[in-house]
Amino acid sequence: MKRPHQHKVNSEIALTHLFTRKRQIIMAAMGVTVGVGIFIFMNSLMKGFDRYSTESLFKTVPHLRIYREDAMSAPIAQGDGDSTHAAVILNPKITNRSKKIINPDEIMAQVKSLPYVTAVTPDVAVNVFYNNGQAQVPGRVSGVDIREEDAMFNLTASMLEGNIKEIETRQDGIALGEGIVKKLNVRLGDNITVSSAVGVSKTLKVIGIFKTGITSIDKTKSYVNIAMAQQLIRQGPSYITDIFVNVTDANKAKTYIDEIKATTDYDVEDWETANSSAMAANRIRRVMAFSISMSILLVAGFGIYNILNMTIMQKMNDIAILKAMGFSGWDVTKIFMMQALLIGMIGVMLGWGLGILIVTLLAKVYVGGDIGYFPIRFEPYYFGMATLFGLIVTSLAGFLPARKAAKVDPVEIFRK
Amino acid sequence: MITRENILETKGIGKYFTDPVKIKVLDEISFEVHRGEFLTLVGKSGCGKSTLLYILSTMDRNYEGELQIDGEILTRKSVDRLAAVRNEKIGFVFQFHYLLPEFSCLKNVMIPAMKLGKYSRKEIEARAYQKLEMLGIQDQALKQASKLSGGQQQRVAIARALINDPLIIMGDEPTGNLDSKNAGIVFDIFKELSTVHNQTIIAVTHDNDFARQSDRTIEMLDGKIVSHGR
Repeated sequence: MKRPHQHKVNSEIALTHLFTRKRQIIMAAMGVTVGVGIFIFMNSLMKGFDRYSTESLFKTVPHLRIYREDAMSAPIAQGDGDSTHAAVILNPKITNRSKKIINPDEIMAQVKSLPYVTAVTPDVAVNVFYNNGQAQVPGRVSGVDIREEDAMFNLTASMLEGNIKEIETRQDGIALGEGIVKKLNVRLGDNITVSSAVGVSKTLKVIGIFKTGITSIDKTKSYVNIAMAQQLIRQGPSYITDIFVNVTDANKAKTYIDEIKATTDYDVEDWETANSSAMAANRIRRVMAFSISMSILLVAGFGIYNILNMTIMQKMNDIAILKAMGFSGWDVTKIFMMQALLIGMIGVMLGWGLGILIVTLLAKVYVGGDIGYFPIRFEPYYFGMATLFGLIVTSLAGFLPARKAAKVDPVEIFRK
Repeated sequence: MITRENILETKGIGKYFTDPVKIKVLDEISFEVHRGEFLTLVGKSGCGKSTLLYILSTMDRNYEGELQIDGEILTRKSVDRLAAVRNEKIGFVFQFHYLLPEFSCLKNVMIPAMKLGKYSRKEIEARAYQKLEMLGIQDQALKQASKLSGGQQQRVAIARALINDPLIIMGDEPTGNLDSKNAGIVFDIFKELSTVHNQTIIAVTHDNDFARQSDRTIEMLDGKIVSHGR
C-alpha cells in the first residue's frame, strides 16, 4: 500500500514515554553521565601521565641509539650433534672487542641524510667517580657535541645555573646533575676531580648545574666536551661509543630500526625497548584506567536495562494495543530502542560536562615534586571514545528489553 | 440490500490449546460476513467466541483452516503483513478500553492514522476531531486519556477504531465493562454506525439485549457454531 505521509509516530510515542517518567530517566542518564565523565577523566589522566613520563624520558633518552653490543665468546668448535664430533666447551665470556664505532662521521652523515631523521649526535659514555676531597660519587660522564646534544634534548631548559654551551669551548668544563652537586657540596666555578675506571684522573671546573627532574639522572649524570671524555678512557678523537638519533615521530622509531641497521652494521635500539619496564608500567596503568572506566559504563548499562525492562513490564497493555492497531514488532523495538538511545545521549552529553569539569579542576591542582600540576588536559580522542562506548553500552542495554517488547503476543495480554 | 459482498470469510477454522492438555477449542468454524452487516457472536464463557475473534482479528496466527478478509487469504501471512492489514482494515474495541494513558484523547485517536500515513497530520487531526464529535466527546479531546470516565474512554476507543475508516470493526465485549446507561450509549453508536454508515461490525458479547438488536447472531457452544442466526 502507498503511504503518502510518513509520520514519526514511533519517536512521538518514545518521547511521550520519556517525558512522563522524567525522574527515572534522569537517574538512568546519571549512570551514563558518571560512566562517561570518569572514562574521560581517567583516560585523560593516564594519557597525561604517559605524555609527562615520555617527555621527561626524552630529556635524556634519544629515540634511537646506535651502538656496538657486547659479544659473547663462542666455542672454538661447534659440536654437530653426532657422536663423532664433540664440542669444545669454553666458559662463554664477554669478549674484549672494542665498543668503538668505526668511522662515526660517515655513519652520522649517512643517518642524517635519511628523510625522517631530525638530529644525530655522537656520545662517549664513561663510568667515573666524581671526587671532591673525601667525598666520592659514582656516576657517568657523557662526552658530547653540545650543540647537537642541546638540539636533541634541550639541555638549556634544564639548566639551574651556568651555561652548558661553554663545554664546547672549555675542555676542562663539566656540567653536573643537581644531585651530584649536593653530595659533593660544590658550587658553580669550583673544581672537582673526575677519575675513570682505566685510571685517568682529571680536574674539571663546574660550569653548569642542571636538573632534569629524573632523580636517577640528576644524581649520576654529567656532560663534558667529547675530547675530554675520550681522554678519560685513553682513546683518540675518533672514538665514539654511541650515536644518538632523533626522528620526526618518536612512536615510529621502532619501524626505522631495520633501515638504519642496514646502513651501519651496528646495533640499533629504540627508546621503547631501552625503557621496556617503564613502557610496561604505562601499559598496565592504561589497562587499569580503561577497565575501571569501562566497568562503570557497564554498570550504567545495567541501569538502563533495568529501567527499560520495568517500563516494558508496566506497558504490556500499551504494547499489546499498539500491535493490535497495526504496529509491527520492529516498530515496537524502535520505540524502546529510541528511549534507550535518548537516555544514552543525554547521559553522554552531561558526561562530557562532568569530564570537562573534572579535567579543568584537576589541571589546577598542584601535586608538587617534579610534576608540578596534574599532567592532565583535554584529550578529544577520549571524549570520542567515551561517546562511542557510552552509546554502544546503552544500545545493548536497550536492545535486549526492546526485543522482548517486540515479541509480546497481544492475544496473550488480552486474554488475561 | 442488493449486493451481498463477502467482507470476511472463514473455512473450517479449528484451534487447539495444548496447555495443560491438548483440547480442541474451535472446530470447523465456517461462516461469511457481508459488507455492512452487524454481527454478534454469543455463547457461554469458554465456548471459544473470544478465541475465534482473535483469529478473525489476525492477531492469533496459530489455527487450522483459512481466513479471508477483503478477498485476501490471510492464513500463514507474515506477522508484519498482518500488522499492516490490521492497521488499514480493522478497528478494535475492547472490553477494557485500553487507551494509551499518557496521551491525550485526540492523540490516542490519531496514532493509528499516523501509523497508516494516508493523510497529512493536519487532515488526521481534523478527522480525529470529527470522529470524536460524532461520538459526542469532542470537548474531552485534549484531556489526558486516563482522566476520563469509563464510558467516555470507551467512546474514545471507538473513535480510535474508526479513524482509518476500517472495513470491519471488531469488538470484544465492548459493553462488558460499562454500566447499563453507558452500555446503551455504546450500543446506539454501534447500531448507528451499522445502519447509517453501512459499517461492518463483528462483536463478541454475552449481553443478550445487545445481541438481539444486531443484524445477525452466531451462537457457539463448545467450539462449534450451533446457530448461524439465519
